Amino acid sequence: MVRIIDRRFDSKKKSAVNRQRFMRRFKHQIRRAVSDAISGRSIRDIDSGENISIPSKDLSEPTFQNGEGGVWETVFSGNDRFSSGDRINRPPPGGGQGGGSQASDEGEGEDDFVFQVNREEFLDLFFEDLELPNLVRTQLAQLVEFKSHRAGFTNDGTPANINIVRSMRGALGRRLALGAPHWAEIRELQKELEEKREALGDDHDEVRALEEKIGRLRARIDAIPFIDSYDLRYNNRVKVPQPTTSAVMFCLMDVSGSMDEEKKSTAKRFFMLLYLFLLRTYERIEVVFIRHHTIAKEVDEDDFFHSRESGGTVVSSALVMMRDIIRDRYGNGAWNIYGAQASDGDNWENDSPQCRQVLDSEVLPYCQYFAYIEITPGEPQNLWREYEILQADHKNFAMQRIETMGDIYPVFRELFKKSLV
Amino acid sequence: MKRDKAPKPLPASSEWSFELIDAYHQEIARVAADFGLDTYPNQVEVITAEQMMDAYASVGMPVNYHHWSFGKHFLSTEKSYKRGQMGLAYEIVINSNPCIAYLMEENTMTMQALVIAHAAYGHNSFFKGNYLFRTWTNADAIVDYLLFARSYIQRCEERYGEEEVELLLDSCHALMNVGVDRYKRPAKLSMAKEQLRQQEREAYLQSQVNELWRTLPIQEARDTSAIERRFPPEPEENLLYFIEKHAPLLEPWQREIVRIVRKIGQYFFPQRQTQVMNEGWATFWHYTLLNRLYDEGYLADSFMLEFLQSHTNVVMQPPYNVPWHRGINPYALGFAMWQDIKRICESPTDEDRAWFPDIAGSDWLETFDFAMRNFKDESFVAQYLSPKVMRDFKLFAIDDDDREHKLRVAAIHDDSGFRHIRETLSEQYNLGNREPYIQVWNVDLRGDRSLTLRHHEHKRRPLGKTTDQVMKHLARLWGFTVRLETIKPDGSIELVQEARIEKRHPT
Repeated sequence: MVRIIDRRFDSKKKSAVNRQRFMRRFKHQIRRAVSDAISGRSIRDIDSGENISIPSKDLSEPTFQNGEGGVWETVFSGNDRFSSGDRINRPPPGGGQGGGSQASDEGEGEDDFVFQVNREEFLDLFFEDLELPNLVRTQLAQLVEFKSHRAGFTNDGTPANINIVRSMRGALGRRLALGAPHWAEIRELQKELEEKREALGDDHDEVRALEEKIGRLRARIDAIPFIDSYDLRYNNRVKVPQPTTSAVMFCLMDVSGSMDEEKKSTAKRFFMLLYLFLLRTYERIEVVFIRHHTIAKEVDEDDFFHSRESGGTVVSSALVMMRDIIRDRYGNGAWNIYGAQASDGDNWENDSPQCRQVLDSEVLPYCQYFAYIEITPGEPQNLWREYEILQADHKNFAMQRIETMGDIYPVFRELFKKSLV
Repeated sequence: MKRDKAPKPLPASSEWSFELIDAYHQEIARVAADFGLDTYPNQVEVITAEQMMDAYASVGMPVNYHHWSFGKHFLSTEKSYKRGQMGLAYEIVINSNPCIAYLMEENTMTMQALVIAHAAYGHNSFFKGNYLFRTWTNADAIVDYLLFARSYIQRCEERYGEEEVELLLDSCHALMNVGVDRYKRPAKLSMAKEQLRQQEREAYLQSQVNELWRTLPIQEARDTSAIERRFPPEPEENLLYFIEKHAPLLEPWQREIVRIVRKIGQYFFPQRQTQVMNEGWATFWHYTLLNRLYDEGYLADSFMLEFLQSHTNVVMQPPYNVPWHRGINPYALGFAMWQDIKRICESPTDEDRAWFPDIAGSDWLETFDFAMRNFKDESFVAQYLSPKVMRDFKLFAIDDDDREHKLRVAAIHDDSGFRHIRETLSEQYNLGNREPYIQVWNVDLRGDRSLTLRHHEHKRRPLGKTTDQVMKHLARLWGFTVRLETIKPDGSIELVQEARIEKRHPT
């Protein structure tokens, strides 16, 4: 009559689809929160801001409900002090029992639905569909490096890899094992020999026969080879493919007088985002900060963002410096080179063609990716036009214009949007 | 308590096994049959905690269509479960034929026996007997219908995109509570018929809609000045039904999805109306059945101690002045009322004879059967809440008028207050009072096709904050501007919400 069914093992994760759908909708909220966070917070906050809570108003499921107010008559239990007609003060709001709040109990609670993401999840969502355009190609074209790892011992190999201790240990064991029966026999014969000697004296035939027998056995033991070919053990080494895990990121920024604080902080965020992305792709990242006005200078991070400069602008100075640094320090092919340049587009008129040339022939060929952002509300200037020529020839070159802080996130997505190369 | 030694007491192990469940079930079934409980056949399913949360999330249904909101409920349940903020319910039972009861693998044998008695015999017999369930739900067809619904919605997702379907479902869910027929009787559900008729219906529905909107302005112009006709002629309380039949811009598949949500909402309607009765009934029966088994000597003392401990937790009624007071506990009130009815039948006092002349001293099983079959919470409380229960619960009614500075104690558990409390509590369980009463009032057929709803304000209670969002959902379904008017108690009419649609949502 009754059917008892064990369902524990079937259809696990039945709500996986619903969960996924929820996350998909929820991702939208996160992205918006991320977008807000970037335009609203300072960089250091972004770096350390692990928890973003998303009060998801959109996730509430509205229904027609009664609001507060009007006349409510409600029955409660546990009367301990009232008689009918008593007038009592309203309990403070939020105490839960304002009288007649029951109808909305369920609906109200859901507005507080808050989902916490930690930094990892936050970044995961953030970078999920971003991928550097050349990454796929790089990985395919890259000479895969192998790193050799020890992996125990084997029975054959090259003489150079013989492991002496292991081999000798094996040989010892073999000698003991092969010699053991003979030794046992020798010990018995020896005992017999002693007895015979006592009884018959040294020269008796039986004694001599025994001595001879013992001598033969010893000879056989001696004949066991001290080391044999199957005692040999070799160190085993396997090769593990090793992707290039180092990247260097060049941050180039115009710090001339026309770059005000706001533009700088916009640029700052742009660099930060690129850095965060590289951080997830590569094990080791070096960052080179080059700032320039009429001349370029390599500085540390703090100087890069915070010291003030003024004067004219010669952009090519920074590019030339970048080229030189690549040649000196990162030219051996083990580095993935990324460049990010931020400027307000002002440049000395005659310098712009030179910038294009340096990039074209001496920087871009070595770069995985080079991104240029122009932070200006105005018309594009000569540098932008020169760079536009580059864009046609180099797939690893991208450029974008940013007007306000709020544009950064979309621009960033645009720059690194997943593209099949 | 006298105990006749049973020939073979059931093993009192806290670990359950399938053999033990079977053995306990046999005894429980035997005793339930002695009491004359009429049930659907039972199907007991053992599931994990994760599966339980899953069942929670999809409103307790074994199959359901996919929607992000179920994922959201799952995540929040999982979050609070993992942090230990809440335990999971012991049981979920599905009103189907056979009746499916879930047992969670983490529970002890005692708990499994409790759940079998509670769900598989208590709830099950209530589902089969109560008039609301008999009228509104069709236990034979629900699982099939859900299967149909899920595959239909899945096909729509493939054809029209998940996003599109999701938006539609969001809007339908917002109106689910006002998508029920309160008085009309629904047609029976059947998967085979649904599938067969689904296409037919699509074509028919569309033609109906076209008929409605095929107004020929030149001819109509003559009589409009004379009579201002409303459409619908009578106000319609089932908003989803009205949308399904008359929304001008919905595609046939969208109408079918509206219908699916409406049907499922309708299916749950009786559960919302019979909480006290149903939970009280199930609690009464697990208590009665297991005590009978104990008296017969089948159950060990250790079993009873554990059982009574959880039973006591379930029927606890915290007083109004503790932080964990959450209103009247339906388990506690329901259990107390059923126990009390039995008491009135078996050993009535003079008070009982005065209040309940019909049932005092009657056969309690017959009285029970009648009460279980023919009432819902509202009428059950109005009919059977006795002075004794009110005294035991120390019930009192508070009158909260926002025009007054102070609350007024309207009545307490004394002779002058019993009737008032009973009436108030009964009103409290009337869904029509708990939720705002909203009807479709008019469609501007000749003008901008806007839809006007009317909210009948009850006791000056305003609409809640989420109203504007619901109206947006309604506007999305209707495709044109929707308005919401409130009829004040004095008869005046006030426009409270307007959701405009400038452009049709791209489909």
